[in-house]
Amino acid sequence: MTSPAPPSREALAMLTPVLTKRWLSPDAWRLDVYERLDGYSALRKALGAHQDDLIQLVKDSGLRGRGGAGFPTGMKWGFIPQAGNSGAKPHYLVVNADEGEPGTCKDLPLMMADPHSLVEGIIIACYAIRSNRAFIYIRGEAVHAARRLRHAVQEAYQAGYLGRDILGSGFDLDLVVHSGAGAYICGEETALLDSLEGFRGQPRLRPPFPATHGLYACPTVVNNVETIASVPYIVLGGAQWFRSMGTEKSPGPKIYSISGRVENPGQYECALGITLRQLIELAGGMLPGHTLRYWTPGGSSTPLLTDEHLDVPMDFEGMASVGTMLGTTAVQVFSDQDCPVYATYRWIEFYHHESCGKCTPCREGNYWMKQVLRRILAGKGTHEDLDTLLDSADNILGRSFCALGDGAASPVQSSIKFFKQDYLDYIEGRKAPLLDPVEVGAH
Amino acid sequence: MTFTESTRERAREIIARYPVGRERSALLPLLHLVQSEEGYVSADGIGFCAETLGLTKAEVNAVATFYTMYKRKPAGDWLVSVCTNTMCGVLGGDRAFQALAEHLEVGHDETTADGTITLEHAECLAACDYAPVLTVNYEFFDKVQAEDALRIVEQLRQGERPVPDRGARLCTLKEMSVQLAGFVDDREGAVGEGPAGEPTLAGNRLAERYGISVPGFDPDTPIGQPAPGGPGNVKPETAPKPAVDRKPAGDNP
Repeated sequence: MTSPAPPSREALAMLTPVLTKRWLSPDAWRLDVYERLDGYSALRKALGAHQDDLIQLVKDSGLRGRGGAGFPTGMKWGFIPQAGNSGAKPHYLVVNADEGEPGTCKDLPLMMADPHSLVEGIIIACYAIRSNRAFIYIRGEAVHAARRLRHAVQEAYQAGYLGRDILGSGFDLDLVVHSGAGAYICGEETALLDSLEGFRGQPRLRPPFPATHGLYACPTVVNNVETIASVPYIVLGGAQWFRSMGTEKSPGPKIYSISGRVENPGQYECALGITLRQLIELAGGMLPGHTLRYWTPGGSSTPLLTDEHLDVPMDFEGMASVGTMLGTTAVQVFSDQDCPVYATYRWIEFYHHESCGKCTPCREGNYWMKQVLRRILAGKGTHEDLDTLLDSADNILGRSFCALGDGAASPVQSSIKFFKQDYLDYIEGRKAPLLDPVEVGAH
Repeated sequence: MTFTESTRERAREIIARYPVGRERSALLPLLHLVQSEEGYVSADGIGFCAETLGLTKAEVNAVATFYTMYKRKPAGDWLVSVCTNTMCGVLGGDRAFQALAEHLEVGHDETTADGTITLEHAECLAACDYAPVLTVNYEFFDKVQAEDALRIVEQLRQGERPVPDRGARLCTLKEMSVQLAGFVDDREGAVGEGPAGEPTLAGNRLAERYGISVPGFDPDTPIGQPAPGGPGNVKPETAPKPAVDRKPAGDNP
C-alpha cells in the first residue's frame, strides 16, 4: 500500500483529542486504568461545587447537544424546575445511547473504549440537576457496548461513585443500563421515554416538553452520550478552555465519523467547524479511482451536499447556511461510482421500515416514496414520478409528528436538487435499470 | 411452557431496577428474558410478562410486535444480521446478503432447515467506519465481503464459533438475551474481549504521530467564575493557541 500524502498543517491543527484520548489505552474501560488516567477527578471537583454553578459552567461552555439537534445543554439543564416550585416530583436524567441514524457510529466506540467517562458525566449531570436516578437507554443491538457499560456501572457502585452518599457528599444516585429492542424511532427523545416506560416507542406531542413532563411525567433531561461525556472535561478544564476549540456559536471538540470512499474511515475528534476538505485529508484522501460526488454531513436525515461544499465549516451555522444540518457529524462520503438514486432508495426503505406508524404523512409518505423510487430504479419511472416524490416529501416535511419524517424528506429533496439528471437517466432509458422489482428488498 | 424459578427470580430482579409504581418499565427487559428461555417470544412468554406486570396480553403483544429484536417464531442459535443500509450496501453488504440467502436457501427473517441459522438484513448497525459489517448474535464482524460472510456461516454450521472482530466471543442467541435483559456477562474475561479497531483510533493515531494535543488544559480551573468575556476573567494562559506541545487533556498533572 502506498502511503497517502500527509495531511496539511491546517487539517492537523483541527484535531482535538479530548473525549477520544483515552481510547488509545486498551484497558481504559477498567476502573483502575480509568482512574489512573484522571478518571473521576472531575466528579470529586464537581461535588465540591454548587449545583447552580455547575449548570452555569455548562451554559458558559456553550456545549450544544451532540445527538443532532444542537440544543444548548446548560439551558436544557436549567429548564428543570428546581426546589420551591417543582413539588415532590423526582428528576431524571436519561442518556440517549440509541445510536442508529444511518452513518452515525461515534457513541458506540466511546462506550466501548471509555465507558466510565459516560458514567462520570452522568453522575456530575445528575448532581447538577438534582436527580437521584438515571438511565442509559442503549440500543438493543449494541451488546458489545452495553456489556462494557454494565461492567463499568457495577465497578462504579463498588467504588462508591454510585449508590448512597457518593464520596461522602450526601448525594445519592442509581444508574440503570436499559437495552432497547430494535427500533430506530426510539432515538427520538419522547419515543425513547415511552419505550423506557414499557410502551411501543412512539413520539409524544410536545409541549409539554420532557423538562417538565418527561419520564413518568416528571422533569427529565435527555442528553446524548457524547454530550454527557463532554461534561467531565468542561468541569476540569473550564468553559473558556472548552471554547478555545470550535467556533463562537459551536464551541468545543466533536467526534466526526467519516465513512465510505476514503482511505482511512474512522473517528476523528476535531474542533467544530472543520471542513470536509480537511477531514478527507485527515482520513488519508479519497480512495484511488474515486472522486467525491455527494456526502451527508450528519447522517441520512441531513440533506446531501456535493463537492461544491468542500470548504464549508462543519458546524451548526455553516451547515445551516448551505441548507443542511450538522446532525450527528456522521460524514458519509460517496463517489462517482455510487448512484445517488440508489442511495436515496435505500435510505427511504430505511425510513419506511422504521416509521412508527403513528402519523399519516410519515407512515404513508415513506411507503409511497419507496414504491416510486423502486419503480424508477427498475426502469419503469415516469417524469411525473419526480413530481410525486417532491410532492410527497413536501407533505412529510413539517407535517410529521417527529423528526423521523422530516429526516426522510432530506435525501429525496436534496438528491433531486443536485442529481436530477441521474433520475432522468433512469426514466428516459439512458441508464440500465439497477433493480428488478421482483427481487429487490426483503421487507 | 412454564417458566423456571430462576427466570422468575430474574424477573423480580429486573422489576426492582425501576421505581416503585413504575414496574411497567421492566417490560422490554422481561421480553428479552422470556426470549432467553424459549428462543423467541411465544404466547406463553407474552402471558408470563402480562401476569408478572399485571398487564393484559394484548398490551404486551402490542409492545412485543413493535420491536424487531423480539422474534415471533423460533429462531436459530445464530442470528446473522447483514447491514444493507446505504453505506454497507454499496460497499458490499447487498452482495453479502444475496450470497448468504442463496447459500442458506432462506430469505429475510427465515431460519435454515436444520434450525441453526436465522438470516436477516439489518438497518444501519452504527459501524459505518467498519463497513460492510455483519453481526452474529449482535457481535460484529467487520469489513465482511460476500466470501467472508459465506465462510462465517459455514463455520457456524459446522459447530465452530468464529471470533468476532469487536466485542466478546460468541454465545447463543438465548444466552445473549440474558444480557439484553440487563444481566452482566459473567463469562470469564468476556468484558475485555474485542479491542478497538483501527478506524476507532484513526484520529488518535494521527494526533499521536504529529504530537497534537489541546493546549491550555488546567484541571484546577475554578468552577463558579464569571462568564467568559466577563470583566477580569481573561486568563492569558488559556487563550487559544496553535495545537502544539502543551499539556494534553486527560493526562495526569
